[in-house]
Amino acid sequence: MDLEQFRRIQSRRKFFRDCAGGIGTIALAQMLEQDARAAAVEQNPLAPRKAHFPAKAKNIIFMFMEGGPSQIDLFDPKPELQKWHGKPLPAELTKDLRLAFTKPNAAVLGSPRIFTPHGQSGTEFSDFIPNIGSCADDLCLVRSMFTDAFNHHPGQLMLFGGSIQVGRPTMGAWTLYGLGSESQNLPGFVVLSSGVGTSGGTSNWSSGYLPSTYQGVVFRSAGDPVLYLSNPPGVTREMQRAELDVLKDLNEEHYTNTGDMEIASRISSYELGFRMQMAAPELLDFSKESPETLAMYGVNEDPTKQFATNCLLARRMVERGVRFVMLNHASWDDHTDLNRKLKTHCDVADKPTGALIKDLKQRGLLENTLVVWGGEFGRTPMCEIRNPRDANNAGRDHHPLAYSLFMAGGGIKGGTVVGKTDDLCMNVVEDKVHVHDLQATLLHCLGLDHTRLTVHHMGRDFRLTDVEGKVVQKMLA
Amino acid sequence: MGAMLRLGILGGTFVCLTAFVPLRAADVALPPAATAKIEFARDIEPLLAKRCYACHGPQQQMSGLRLDQNDAALKGGAAGKDIVPGKSADSRLIHRVAGVDNKFMPPMGAHLTAAEVGLLRAWIDQGVEWTARAPHWSFQKIQRPAPPAVRNTKWARNAIDNFILARLDKEGIAPSPEAPKLTLLRRVSLDITGLPPTPEQVRDFMGDARPDAYERMVDRLLDSPHYGEKWARYWLDLARYADSDGYEKDRARPWAWRYRHWVIDALNRDLPFDQFTTQQLAGDLLPQRNLDTLVATGFNRNTLTNREGGTDPEQFRDEQVLDRAATLGTVWMGLTVGCAQCHNHKYDPISQKEFYQLTAYFNTQEEVNVQAPLPGELGPYLTAKPEFDLKKQALLAEYKIPENLVDYEAKLRDSALHPGTHDDWDFAYGEFTHTVDNARKVLFLDPAKRTELQRNAMLDVFLGSCGNLYGKEYCDALKIAELRTKLSELNAKLPPVSYAPVLIENDTPPKTYIHVKGDWRERGDEVQPGTLAVLPPMPARETGRLGLARWLVSPEHPLTSRVAVNRLWQEVFGRGIVFTSEDFGTQGDRPTHPELLDWLASEYIQRGWSTKQMIRLMVTSAAYRQSSKARPELAAKDPDNLLLARQSRLRLPAELIRDESLYAAGLLDLRIGGRSVRPPQPKGVAELSYNGSVKWEESTGPDRYRRGLYILFQRTVPYPQLMSFDAPSASLSCSRRERTDTPLQALNLMNDPVFFEASQALAFRIMREASGGFRQRLNHAFAITLAREPSQREAERLGKFFDETSRRLTANPQTVPALFPNQLEGVPQAEAAAWVELSRVLLNLDEFITRD
Repeated sequence: MDLEQFRRIQSRRKFFRDCAGGIGTIALAQMLEQDARAAAVEQNPLAPRKAHFPAKAKNIIFMFMEGGPSQIDLFDPKPELQKWHGKPLPAELTKDLRLAFTKPNAAVLGSPRIFTPHGQSGTEFSDFIPNIGSCADDLCLVRSMFTDAFNHHPGQLMLFGGSIQVGRPTMGAWTLYGLGSESQNLPGFVVLSSGVGTSGGTSNWSSGYLPSTYQGVVFRSAGDPVLYLSNPPGVTREMQRAELDVLKDLNEEHYTNTGDMEIASRISSYELGFRMQMAAPELLDFSKESPETLAMYGVNEDPTKQFATNCLLARRMVERGVRFVMLNHASWDDHTDLNRKLKTHCDVADKPTGALIKDLKQRGLLENTLVVWGGEFGRTPMCEIRNPRDANNAGRDHHPLAYSLFMAGGGIKGGTVVGKTDDLCMNVVEDKVHVHDLQATLLHCLGLDHTRLTVHHMGRDFRLTDVEGKVVQKMLA
Repeated sequence: MGAMLRLGILGGTFVCLTAFVPLRAADVALPPAATAKIEFARDIEPLLAKRCYACHGPQQQMSGLRLDQNDAALKGGAAGKDIVPGKSADSRLIHRVAGVDNKFMPPMGAHLTAAEVGLLRAWIDQGVEWTARAPHWSFQKIQRPAPPAVRNTKWARNAIDNFILARLDKEGIAPSPEAPKLTLLRRVSLDITGLPPTPEQVRDFMGDARPDAYERMVDRLLDSPHYGEKWARYWLDLARYADSDGYEKDRARPWAWRYRHWVIDALNRDLPFDQFTTQQLAGDLLPQRNLDTLVATGFNRNTLTNREGGTDPEQFRDEQVLDRAATLGTVWMGLTVGCAQCHNHKYDPISQKEFYQLTAYFNTQEEVNVQAPLPGELGPYLTAKPEFDLKKQALLAEYKIPENLVDYEAKLRDSALHPGTHDDWDFAYGEFTHTVDNARKVLFLDPAKRTELQRNAMLDVFLGSCGNLYGKEYCDALKIAELRTKLSELNAKLPPVSYAPVLIENDTPPKTYIHVKGDWRERGDEVQPGTLAVLPPMPARETGRLGLARWLVSPEHPLTSRVAVNRLWQEVFGRGIVFTSEDFGTQGDRPTHPELLDWLASEYIQRGWSTKQMIRLMVTSAAYRQSSKARPELAAKDPDNLLLARQSRLRLPAELIRDESLYAAGLLDLRIGGRSVRPPQPKGVAELSYNGSVKWEESTGPDRYRRGLYILFQRTVPYPQLMSFDAPSASLSCSRRERTDTPLQALNLMNDPVFFEASQALAFRIMREASGGFRQRLNHAFAITLAREPSQREAERLGKFFDETSRRLTANPQTVPALFPNQLEGVPQAEAAAWVELSRVLLNLDEFITRD
């Protein structure tokens, strides 16, 4: 079934939920006509679908570093800034510049970080992220990102929804809409979070005006991993199963009275829900992971514990067919006290990130898993001082005009650097990559043409890349 | 060689070369031409409009081709003629839409179907008939067609049925029989009040042998105050109602509920839709305005507010204004006017200038919160106020606040006028603009002219964040923390008075400009308020926002009544006569029953815009009363039930699923209106908000069991059950909810403590209300949940389940207290626990969460 056909079926609003023939459908099929069953499978909005063209990547792990990590202190060395340290930038560089908090004439803040080349490729990374640096030959570092928004929520909406408007479908939802889910027991689009909440919150994983079937399912770090996954108190698994059996029998009875195919769909949903109840604990059970693996991620130690757990979960999810894992970590929004805070963030994120990439690689999963690591924008070369009475608390403001992020895996060319910024990291001077271009490229790796992945809404076709976006060939393997 | 290309205006070698290559149409099997006589306006124009005009229409002519005008279309584009009259197989238009040489037009979206290509072919073969373009159907005057005559006169109960039946007759399809009485009772109860009938209501209805028993019941339901609750929900979706700002900070809107309350009340007293409209859009400008009509303007206070530090308040004020105009288009006219924000509308006759003319009505509005005391509040408040004021003044003087406030304000004003002089002042000023409403205006207002609310806001911002400007040491020296404690103690003693968020005219209105390419920073020409040229003009005597509202509800307006009545239809039939209830433009669906829509639209006006009367008309029709049972013989012919040869089964919306469960359990709190509530939700949901700033303090007592529409809607972290069952996100106006079916919904209903508690309470209720054996109790349980008796098979299957469960519980008695913690006299606890399990089954039945 191609996407167009799929969309037409969707517009008839028949949302069958069975994942390619679960228990529910098989049992029910005995009483349904053959063609009706075929329809049930065909009309399942989560059934795996063929891409527009052969794909390099099957899954995406988007490691969203909320708040805007400082590219100047992590990815894009700018020795020239030292010369300007404490002085304002040349006026022609900052003409018409509008920043969130900082005035264009603010003093420059040089970076005290030490950058060293890594791997065969010799890509330079900061001393705060040695583990990420050690993956250099698998990474495509993009130093020429830019975006349209200089505030968090609009920037995040731009990155995930392609527009600063609230209410659009987001990247994970588009992916699921385009390709369906490979997992029979787990949601196709999962959200993992650590640190504090993000500015965008649920709007970053919303299905917008795609059906809510495609919205991200939050895996929680405390309590039930998925909301309402555990049985209520006193209800054993055996009892839950017995209830589902009687529920199915009664629903089938009602189907014979009404002939409504939606009932078949509902039975399947209950069965998939039950399978999730079984599968999620297995997913979360790390007892079969080797001590080396756990140590590599830093699962059992501070301060990596929480983030490492999510990284390992992300690997286990793609192993089990989850299509899109969104791994949020908040917040890198260091307006003040940058040097100290950035060290803290890197101590949390560097080791597990490096481990995830290496682990995916050693298991052969990196070939068809695309990993993205980055924020909604970068940070300014100028310093922001909120409290003039404390000279050591300098930070950096939001910088939408030039920032860095990196990718690895499915379809991406490792050991490369794309783009260049000027000596002061004010603007991109080579190979500008807008977030729409990034989105187009990610979809391309998944085998999707961003101009053809559309949904009709309010009188027109909408897409993730709005009306822009081009695939960045230099990123591709 | 009719397929020879003529030289286009481009000329040149390349074109010359291609010009002598005949098109290879003959080699490719084109879809056959349609055989019927083609009517341009009916068959061709909508197709061209939908699929071609975006690139070959009034706004742009790619490759020089224009297809919305006769001459231009025949002339062709840059590469020559695209249409050869009489010879469709030789026309490039046909080759492209059919994909000859694998070149497809349009390049985006689905290819044209064979039938559509066939229509275009027949049109060309029959000589390219081009009748003067009639305006798009929804822009044409509303007609009042006479209900058509039908053969089966006995079936029709009112005029609606004549239209439905005439169409079915034409297709040779018989309507379905009337649904069983009990199905009908449950259906209409859910549709009108959102609650199922109680066992007593079932008994009364079944015992009423009068011929108009059904109509009497409908009247009773329409008189119920729960009618307003049920029907408020769809309007609140349109109004993008929420209890918080949205965006990062997502600050609470403690008085948003006043608008919701107004909607419920207005619906319950059947406020005619024309007044319902004028009050919400211009309740502040009405000659007979009062607090109630002012509260109605809260409709447009539901836009999002961005208070994220560092943002420009003007940008997001502008977003609000644009949203108000776009929402006006969606809600009242079914037009996507918002598409004209960046450029002229690509499909509908709406220019970018016209869009900004619409925004001009809203650009001069200002958000204010007004004191709007609830009954009983004002007396005690006024009595206590003078003494409170004196004490407060004394307290502030004691801590030297007035003089410090003067300095604080002076510095903020300085920063506003001379930014860049003091970075720390600028930061404080930036934060100030996001904390106080209309901050800049209030700051520069003579303190003596400020309202009490504004004075309090200035004081609060000083006390709350003077550290931004002066540093913490300074605030500590003033002992501000201590003062705040004393002030909150004092405030707690003052009897509360309520506020309401409203919109009024700004006394210093800004001018409105076209935004070049939709960018608010790029000012184009200044525009004045105005409506759309394609619609009847506004009478000269009408002006401003009130004029706009009156223009919308004037009988000449072709859209308002059609759009409004279509939504009522959508509520009771599950799908509008125009499926795209938000879009009546050329890109929207066409009506399945155009005459019926017009008749209903004119009837609405004739009946003085009485919404209740229109709903009554719909639910008493024979069409509505049909069985919803699927008809295999229609599965291929009418899979979407467009012809209404039966009713549709509809899964209940999120709120009603919860309401119904709590109602069956006897837990639902039936009070009408009032504040929003926070029912229990798992820990970790609210914590996903920015910085975990949203605190979900669970409501206590009966508030936990209020109806779903009263659940506090926190935009960034909404109540999970609402979202799993397709409630909209309240960021944009929503005219039509999805009805999905997901495993998360299953988990939600099976395992959510709220629904589990409902199962426990339902079991308790069954035990208490029905005595006797299993079968008596089961009958009662069915009466409560499904308004019917169990069939023999159902009773047997559930009996078997009950016995198994009882055996299991006897074997594992340790699980019993968790299932049923109460003690009921004369009922063994294990038996009650088995009933909890059985209740869970009933509350999860597809039939229970569906309107049959």
